[in-house]
Amino acid sequence: MTEIVLTIDGKEVKARAGMTVLQAAQQEGIYIPTLCHHEKLEAFGGCRLCMVEVEARGWTSYVVSCVYPVAKDIVVRTRSEKVDKIRKVLVEELMAHAPDSPELIRMAEEYGADRDRFERSASFCIVCGLCVRYCNEVKQKNAVGFIDNGARREISFIPEVARKECWDCQECFAICPTSYAQAAYLLTEALAFPGQRKEAVKVKKAPKPKRVIPIMPAPVTT
Amino acid sequence: MSEQNIDGIIEKYRGQPGSLIHALVEIQHENHWLPREVMHKVADALQVPFAQVMQIASFYKAFSLTPKGRHEVHVCTGMTCHLRGAARLRSKVEELTGLKDGETDADSRFTYETGACLGSCSIGPELIVDGKHYGRMTPEKVEDVLKQYE
Repeated sequence: MTEIVLTIDGKEVKARAGMTVLQAAQQEGIYIPTLCHHEKLEAFGGCRLCMVEVEARGWTSYVVSCVYPVAKDIVVRTRSEKVDKIRKVLVEELMAHAPDSPELIRMAEEYGADRDRFERSASFCIVCGLCVRYCNEVKQKNAVGFIDNGARREISFIPEVARKECWDCQECFAICPTSYAQAAYLLTEALAFPGQRKEAVKVKKAPKPKRVIPIMPAPVTT
Repeated sequence: MSEQNIDGIIEKYRGQPGSLIHALVEIQHENHWLPREVMHKVADALQVPFAQVMQIASFYKAFSLTPKGRHEVHVCTGMTCHLRGAARLRSKVEELTGLKDGETDADSRFTYETGACLGSCSIGPELIVDGKHYGRMTPEKVEDVLKQYE
């Protein structure tokens, strides 16, 4: 395999072709902050926190290191005034959703981000896609997916699948940086199949007639 | 009849996950909306996770997850049409159909939507019914146009 030599933070780093800048940095023990990155999953490039400065052929550009492939003789700087500023604003924007996420609080301290800079948003999902990708790529159950687009995009559990699979798995709850995955699951359960999450397991042991609990519409207060 | 057509479309793309959007577009065209059961059928036949069908169907505005009327009425609210009197046209259409933006009437005759810019600024204000453009529309002329659609 061809070896590519690049410079990260003044250190010469050898990498294989096809690796990303983030992988090359991590194998040398150089820290780049990430949020939507997970070693078991395909790179997503969603959170943009791993933004680094890349100097190639005299041009400086700002790239997302988790999806940027390594190239010969590029100079990567993981910290610079501008990179820090980009990360600070990104953290501030994410904190409009999840001001109490431990990972974000740590990064806010590092980059001097103000957690109250932007107006608080109703949803505390930061759309990092970890739960969606984990369920798809690792568990291959696809119990949770993205719906809608743009600013209205959010994650949503598919009740038909979630009812059978989720209670015995719950692995996405732990990797979610904001605990929104858990909240979204419980909301789906409460709305779509209250009290029936263990049904799939029970039916195997002793087939019983299906008990359907009617969902009462919430009283409207005016 | 409609259900057979939908099944036909699904059969055509059976086992082809890459054709998900094509299948959904055809069903949307045939049925005017995508019921959940149909999306489950599509997911099973094309071997695509239902979550992905849902993601695609909710991502594009061309797909509707709620029932739509037999005829789609669009009024342009773009800058040029606005200056040429789209606001009066809108309120007339809303009065005639009894619908607000994005709504469908009870006997599913019309779905009314606004959009900006529908691409024919020179003949604004513009009304589009089922893809047919009606240019230089006035509140007086709208009634006769809508009468043609049952």
